[in-house]
Amino acid sequence: MKKLLLLFLLLLNLSFGVVASEEVELQEANIDLSDNESLQRGAQHFVTYCLGCHSAKHMRYLRIAIDIGVDQKKMLKDIAPEGASIYDQLHSAMNKHDAEKWFGVQPPDLSLIARSRGADWLYTYLKSYYLDENRPTGVNNLVFEDTAMPNPLWQLQGEQHTKVRKTIYGDDTDLVLETSGTLSEREFDLFVNDLVNFLVYVGEPVQLERQRIGKYVIVFLLLFLVVAYLLKKEYWRDVD
Amino acid sequence: MKPNRLTECGNWVLDRFPASKFWNDHMAQYYAPKNFNFWYFFGSLALLVLVNQILTGILLTMNYKPDAKLAFDSVEYIMRDVPWGWLVRYMHSTGASAFFIVIYLHMFRALLYGSFKHPRELIWIFGMLLFVALMAEAFMGYLLPWGQMSFWGAQVIISLFSAIPVIGDDLSLWIRGDYVIADATLNRFFAFHVIAVPLVLVMLVFMHLVALHEVGSNNPDGIEIKESKDPWGHPVDGIPFHPYYTVKDFVGVGVFLLFFATVIFYMPEVGGYFLEHANFIPADPMKTPEHIAPVWYFTPFYSILRAIPDKFAGVIGMGGSIVVLFLMPWLDRCKVKSIRYRGGIFKKALFLFVISFFALGYLGTQPVTPLATTMARLFTTIYFGFFLLMPIYTRWEKTKPVPKSLTKTHSLEEQFHALEEQLPALIDEITDIKPVNSEIGHPAFKSTFFNRRPNPKGIAHVISRFFKKLVESLD
Repeated sequence: MKKLLLLFLLLLNLSFGVVASEEVELQEANIDLSDNESLQRGAQHFVTYCLGCHSAKHMRYLRIAIDIGVDQKKMLKDIAPEGASIYDQLHSAMNKHDAEKWFGVQPPDLSLIARSRGADWLYTYLKSYYLDENRPTGVNNLVFEDTAMPNPLWQLQGEQHTKVRKTIYGDDTDLVLETSGTLSEREFDLFVNDLVNFLVYVGEPVQLERQRIGKYVIVFLLLFLVVAYLLKKEYWRDVD
Repeated sequence: MKPNRLTECGNWVLDRFPASKFWNDHMAQYYAPKNFNFWYFFGSLALLVLVNQILTGILLTMNYKPDAKLAFDSVEYIMRDVPWGWLVRYMHSTGASAFFIVIYLHMFRALLYGSFKHPRELIWIFGMLLFVALMAEAFMGYLLPWGQMSFWGAQVIISLFSAIPVIGDDLSLWIRGDYVIADATLNRFFAFHVIAVPLVLVMLVFMHLVALHEVGSNNPDGIEIKESKDPWGHPVDGIPFHPYYTVKDFVGVGVFLLFFATVIFYMPEVGGYFLEHANFIPADPMKTPEHIAPVWYFTPFYSILRAIPDKFAGVIGMGGSIVVLFLMPWLDRCKVKSIRYRGGIFKKALFLFVISFFALGYLGTQPVTPLATTMARLFTTIYFGFFLLMPIYTRWEKTKPVPKSLTKTHSLEEQFHALEEQLPALIDEITDIKPVNSEIGHPAFKSTFFNRRPNPKGIAHVISRFFKKLVESLD
């Protein structure tokens, strides 16, 4: 029976491996929600490069200002778009019908994108655009094939093309810079990382708060457990 | 002593309402066996989770909007703008998964110690009805956040009804109230989830407990404690539920809440098992997700559904996998209740059943591949084999003699002490002492601890002994 069990486990493992190998390997984003400066830069990048098409309608400027430690006036002046009120949600100015005409789909709201896609996916996705003449936008993406989104960061990153490399496992696609952008490779990585960091924060603004409160709850429960255990021991002294 | 106003007032009520009689019958003078172990915490914990779900559920309905246009946004509103809304919502979503963990362990306890057998068949039936009601409650509640998985999960499950011959299509249309999952479905599921099914659940919990207290609790030895009573008519091996088990259950509550709070505050999604990633995308009837998987607690049954090639047969199989549980009291022909005194064949069968249940659960979360389907078929066969062959193999069982009175349950402390005594011998066995000339002259580095090196032979010996014991325990 032991051998049979081992065989089962082995087979299970195999069936899992087949599925996993189809995806592109994701690069790891460095997420640190306590890094307020990174979040502030990310918020700025988001408003400059994303908010034109994508909303984050479950988020308010005021909440962001409080959470990432920015003065409300500074928030309105440096981060929020012209004319926004501090109580506004992050709505996009793009009209739904226009968006459908231009891109074929309405750009999704990004409030929860980090929770549905994951930080590493977003990080790799934003870095994986390459030139493709067959696409209406002129670019394609390794992580999300035939994505409707043009590369909003091309001026910063520069333009990439694919280069197929033969390995013993089969063909592997690399991305190579064709023309350089205004940022160096390292600067661009940091830029995307700040943006993804901000999106992770926006996905669940209460994350840091819940981890902070969690400590007290757990300490309380440990104390409760000690008292409950001693009480039980005292009561059960006369049993057995 | 002259009774004061408060006592008079209390007596006035007690003359008209049997509160103290109720308390005594079900708590202070309800005699429970004194050897309950770990497995007996989950009944009271299930009640705790039920209360948690009802209270947090009430709070959630205050801000949730059962409307296909507003539902998703209202959940995010609760998560962000409602003070403490995130906590209430996480308590509810984590509570749903916790409910199933607790209930599965509670049911497994019944399988271990034969708690479904005569005279407790009806308790088991009420419990199974509770399980079915709980599944309905969870399924309908899962539609409410109106995410992609809510929508498509419900779409898949309700479309199963259309597999029923003749009436199928009309039936699924009637359940949905529309041709696809839509606002009408969301509204009626909301009604069922917040009032109809909870009422049924509470009523069934009441009947489950009344039936339990009529015949009395089973125990890890599977002996009827009512058969030997002291001169006052109390079971010799029984102790009053209150205060003994109320204080004991508080310890269980403490441990449970530690796990519960850890999930709520540090890992509310549990890697996509408690809250699925795709459910953070609003429901979109035009876009089918690549991979539709139900929440983890339904996956064993979902696996059985997918394992059977024909759709209608699959539905029958999935329904059958739950119906067959109802029949447990009559499928098991062995007179001995507790696994402690049952024959090896039942222990092995139960072991295989547990493995197949976990395997089916895992396979249900994975996309279909030919290999996975073959595995799911194999485990489905084992699952049904456990139940359907039970009338045969439980007859052959060579049981061990059942003691007349309860055996002593070793407390956690005693088990620790026993382990502590064995530990030095164990360390000696798995390590060799080899003096090493350390360059560091500190006395700590000269102690025998640092001179110990693992002994492969000893380790292999310990492991093989462990497995031998494990196999022996299955006889």
